[in-house]
Formats: sequence, C-alpha cells, structure tokens
Amino acid sequence: MRQKRRVRVMVAKPGLDGHDRGARIIARAYRDAGFEVVYTGLHQTPEEIVEAAIQEDVDMIGLSSLAGAHKYLFLAVVELLREKAADDIIVCGGGIIPDDDIKQLKESGVKEVFTPGTPLDDIVKWVQSNVTPRQD
Amino acid sequence: MPLTFDNKIFDDIEKGNKKWQKELDEVFEARPERLTRFSTVSDKEINRLYTPADVRDQDFMEDIGFPGDYPFTRGVQPSMYRGRFWTMRMFAGLGSARDTNKRFHLLVKEGQTGLSTAFDMPTLMGYDTDAHKAKGECGKCGVAIDTLKDIEDLFEGLPIERITTSMTINPPASVIWAMYIAMAEDRGIDRKVLGGTIQNDMLKEFIAQKTFMCPPVPSVRIIEDTVEFGTKEVPRWNTISISGYHIREAGSTAVQELAFTLADGIAYTEKAIERGLDVDDFAPRFSFFFNSHLDFFEEVAKFRAARRMWAKIMKDRFKAKDQRSWWLRFHTQTAGCSLTAQQPYNNVVRTALQALAAVMGGTQSLHTNSLDEVLAIPTEEAATIALRTQQIIAEESGVANMIDPLGGSYFVEALTNQMEEEAFDIIQKIDDMGGMLSAIEKNFPQQEIADSAYHYQRQIDDNEKTVVGVNKHVVDEEIPVEVLEIDEKLESLQIEKTNRVKAERDNQRVAECLEMVGDACSGKENIMAPLIDAVKASATLQEVCDIYRKVYGEYRDPGIY
Repeated sequence: MRQKRRVRVMVAKPGLDGHDRGARIIARAYRDAGFEVVYTGLHQTPEEIVEAAIQEDVDMIGLSSLAGAHKYLFLAVVELLREKAADDIIVCGGGIIPDDDIKQLKESGVKEVFTPGTPLDDIVKWVQSNVTPRQD
Repeated sequence: MPLTFDNKIFDDIEKGNKKWQKELDEVFEARPERLTRFSTVSDKEINRLYTPADVRDQDFMEDIGFPGDYPFTRGVQPSMYRGRFWTMRMFAGLGSARDTNKRFHLLVKEGQTGLSTAFDMPTLMGYDTDAHKAKGECGKCGVAIDTLKDIEDLFEGLPIERITTSMTINPPASVIWAMYIAMAEDRGIDRKVLGGTIQNDMLKEFIAQKTFMCPPVPSVRIIEDTVEFGTKEVPRWNTISISGYHIREAGSTAVQELAFTLADGIAYTEKAIERGLDVDDFAPRFSFFFNSHLDFFEEVAKFRAARRMWAKIMKDRFKAKDQRSWWLRFHTQTAGCSLTAQQPYNNVVRTALQALAAVMGGTQSLHTNSLDEVLAIPTEEAATIALRTQQIIAEESGVANMIDPLGGSYFVEALTNQMEEEAFDIIQKIDDMGGMLSAIEKNFPQQEIADSAYHYQRQIDDNEKTVVGVNKHVVDEEIPVEVLEIDEKLESLQIEKTNRVKAERDNQRVAECLEMVGDACSGKENIMAPLIDAVKASATLQEVCDIYRKVYGEYRDPGIY
C-alpha cells in the first residue's frame, strides 16, 4: 500500500490586516506537529489565496484576521473555492471574531473558528481529526 | 559616589545572606518553593531578594541622579507629575470621519487632554475605500480617510490650536500630515503653532506591525523628508514616534523591545545627519512609544533604562549638545496582547496594573485599553472606563505625588542596569550587521521576535506561565459584554462621498499637483510642499500613494515564521 502523504495546510492572511503573530505561531505549531505548511505572508486577496491553495494542492486553509473584515474575506475564500470546484479544501479561521459572526461563518461553509486563548495543541488536534490528506 | 557609603556593609550583607540562605534551605526542605524557576513575563530569571550588593557598582549622581538632569533615569522633566499629569490620550477611530469626530468630542468632554487617531486598514495601507483590496475593510478598525474633506470632518469643532493630535499612520504618514496642515491653514491656524505627532516609523513596520507600502530604503527617505520639513516649518510637531509598542505586541521580550526601538532611533538619526541636518535641530522632535505589559517591575525598569540609554546614545554617539536632544519623551499604551476574550471584565484590572507601571516609569502620555478591545472596537462605555482608570491613578491613588518613587529600590535599580546592558548588547549586534536597515534585510529582528512569541505561547500552553481565565481559573461562559458593530453600509456611503469630492474638484489642477509629487519623489526635492498642494486640490490618499508605489516599487512580506 502506498504511504499516505502528510497533511498539507496553508496558513493565510487575507486582506490588509498586518497582525501576523497568531498566524506565524500557528504555522510553526503545524510544522512542529509534522504537517507540511505553506504560509502565504501578509496582504493576500481571496483570489490570490485560492489560486495558491489549488496550486499547492493543500488539504486545508487556515485564515487569520484581527481587523474586523473576516466576514467578507473568509466568505469570499469559501465562495471562490466553490466556484473553482475546489471546495473539498477545508477552510477554518481564527482571530478576533465575535460569536454572532462565528455562527454565520460556520453556516456558510467555514468549518471551524478558533478565538484568542485557544491552546495550540487543541488546534493541532482538531486538524488531525478533521483533515485527511488526499492521495497523491 | 556609590549608593551606599560604607563598604563594610557588603561584608555584613554577605554574612546576613549566608545565614538567610541556611534558614531558607530548611524552609524549602519542608515545603519546596512554589516554582522551580521564577521569571518575568519575558522569561528573565529573577532572584529571591535584592540587596545593596546588587547595585554596589552604581553611582548615584552618574546613574540615577535627579529628574530633568542627565542621564534622566528619573524622568525628563524636573517637575514630572508635580507640575502636571501625563497627557491622557485615548486612541480612537471608527467608521466614518463624522463617527470618530463624535467619539473625540465625547472623550474631550470626559476629561481627555490629547487626541489620538486610529485609521482603518485601507487608509493605513494607502488605499481609497473604493480600491479592490479595500473591500470589506472600510471603517472596521479605525476611521476611513480618502480626501482632505474627511480630515476636515474628523476634526470639526475641536480646538487643534491648543490640543495636540497624535496620528497612528505610517506608510502614508506624509500624506495624512499634509492633509492635517492643509486643514489647519484653512482654519487660519499657522503651521508653526501646530502640535502633535505622526507615528511615521517605517522600520518597526518591517519588523513588527507590517503595514508597509514601499521597500525600506525609499520608505526611510520619505520619513527624512518629513523630518526636514518639520524641523524648518512645523517646529512643534513630533515628526517620528519611534515605536516599540508593536514590536512587543508581535511577541518580543521587554529587552528586545528596548533594543530594537532604540536601534530604529539610531537609524533615523544617522539618515537625518547624512542629509546635512544638525542633530540638535531635529532630535528634540523625535518622540517614542512603548508598550506597558503585565510584568510590573520589568516595565518600570524598561522605561527607566530607555531614558538613560537614549541620553547616552545622543550625547556620546551623536555628540548632541542640546539637552532636549537627550530627552526620551514617550507615549505608552497598555498591552493589547495581554487582554483575554475570556472573562473580559478582568481586562480592566490588567490595564490598571499596566497603566500604573507606565506612570511609575514616567510616561509623558498614556492610552489605556478598553476591556472589550480583544473582541472589537471599544464601545463608548468601555472607553470611558479605560479613561477613568487613568483618572483614578492620577487623582485618587497618590502615586503621582512624588517623582520616580521606585528609584533606589535595589531590585528596580539592578533590573534597570541589567536591561540596559542586555539591550546595548543587541544594539551592538545590529551595528555589527551594518545597522538596522541591513538587520531588517537579514530578517534578524523579525526572526528574534517570532522565536520569543512562540516560546511564550508554548509556556502558556504548558502552564509555565499563567493567564487567568485562559489556562487557570477557567469558567464556562457566554461572553457577557456588548460588542460594537460597524455598519456595512458605511463602505458605499464613503465611496459616494469621495466620488462627490472628485466630481467637484479641478481635475487638471490635481493632475498637475500629482506630477509635481512624482517629480519630487524621483528627484531630491522635499516632497512635503508639493504634497500639501496636492491634498489642497483634493487629490485622494491613494492617488498620492500610487505615485509612491510607482516610483519606489512595492514591498512584499517575506512570510517567514
């Protein structure tokens, strides 16, 4: 049997927000957990994120937002993935996101939202049990 | 003159120490110490006790001295808070210029003594509200500014001839400042009397805050244009607020915050001198901006060390002769990154402790975070509690009745010395790399901060560091506070407003002015005068910034983690 490849995740910073402490810590925690990690760097448009995710063949996109534009930006990523028939890529998010918005994001296709104070290990475990690497 | 006059005391201390250690061993044998290792929030190890032996090499007059005297360890002004309190300056900005104007009026009515402006992300990055990249971001984390009309609405009815205004803006700082000067002149106020601050510190953007536009070298050139213009034309304006705040928020230690901030200050000073300016003409208008984090004594020591270090740097390294060049005047904001979404009312207490540290450290102005800032932009009620926190410290606690009350504490003095020494070591390392611009190109400060941030997060996850409500004393709760929402309709209203301005302006004139800005950018002429003409003709923020981007190119985040 062919060995399954490792989970490949993209950590992405959509929009103009520059707060990247969380995103970079998460990227490191994913790497330490043995995932393959692609970090987009800052100031990406939803189009750029989706294009890169498809090109890199990732299993999951983790979006980070701390400046209030999460509703528009996260949903734009979900929508674009659907348009490109790439909605098997799991989308989750994190940052400063009010409860009401979390509900709305989850109803619209964001699989999970992590808020400040979530332990890194909880996030890693969530990925391990919710994201399966695709076969090459 | 040593702190203690009688050297015999050190023999006594050694004897006393031995006796005490023996007693301690017995106590801890019965019941071990609470932790295996005691350290600050920056993970600096702390001894059990400090005595005169820890400051035995310190010289009172040389190292501590008097407020208002070199090396200013105890404060830059002789009178400090006996004269007047620090400026209570709450950072505010939300939605439209009119929404923020309303918040400014409320804060002034409640006793605030200076203004501080938060801009939305598109403004901070040099985009107008109608830009594709700006979609969904209008007014979300600050006020949206596209044209001079917005700046006029923002400050309507506020007495800017006597109240100082701080504007947290970086890549487009020159443009926003030009708008502010244009607005003031339109009201008949001479630019020579205008007081305030533009943050205008791009180096820490590449290091930590990450709002950038053009690459480092041209970014610094634009800053030096503002320094030169301010020196000659707007002499009461602080042209750069050299900022450690964001470095700390990005996860640095206290010593790294100190070292990287002062290294940035060194870089700006060198560039201004290269341009032919005299250090004593511009250095008095440099101001600083620090974080006040949770570890009380570490923060107080940091502020005291910062003043002493900058005085030495200015006097010894740059040969400044004017005392005002030696002053490290600073604004402080309490640590946003220390606030928790869990049990958010606890944030009032955290902020109060941090504000107290800033006051013990001798800050010139202070912003206290609101309890809900970890969830959204503060509500009016939350912002008022935060302001009241400062007023209670100032007017009820009595801590502002004397100057530098912690000076002379064996612990605080030893920690001040130690932080100074460690920060100077880092500055030396940066000098060896060829200065801060080269260090940034090598990703040195970025990587150091990322390492510290990850280390701290791991310490929290492993329960080595406690965050109440997060990894200890946890409760199940619904977040109990009301959260402010920005109306989604704002974006289209702002776009309409800017379109009206564009329809009414003289487009020929705008094009001519923008060409002049372009010429200044590619040549050697100072950009500020053509910029002021351009914004007076209602050129938009993005129209000007597009020229910067075209002439200088755009900087891309290297995306290291």
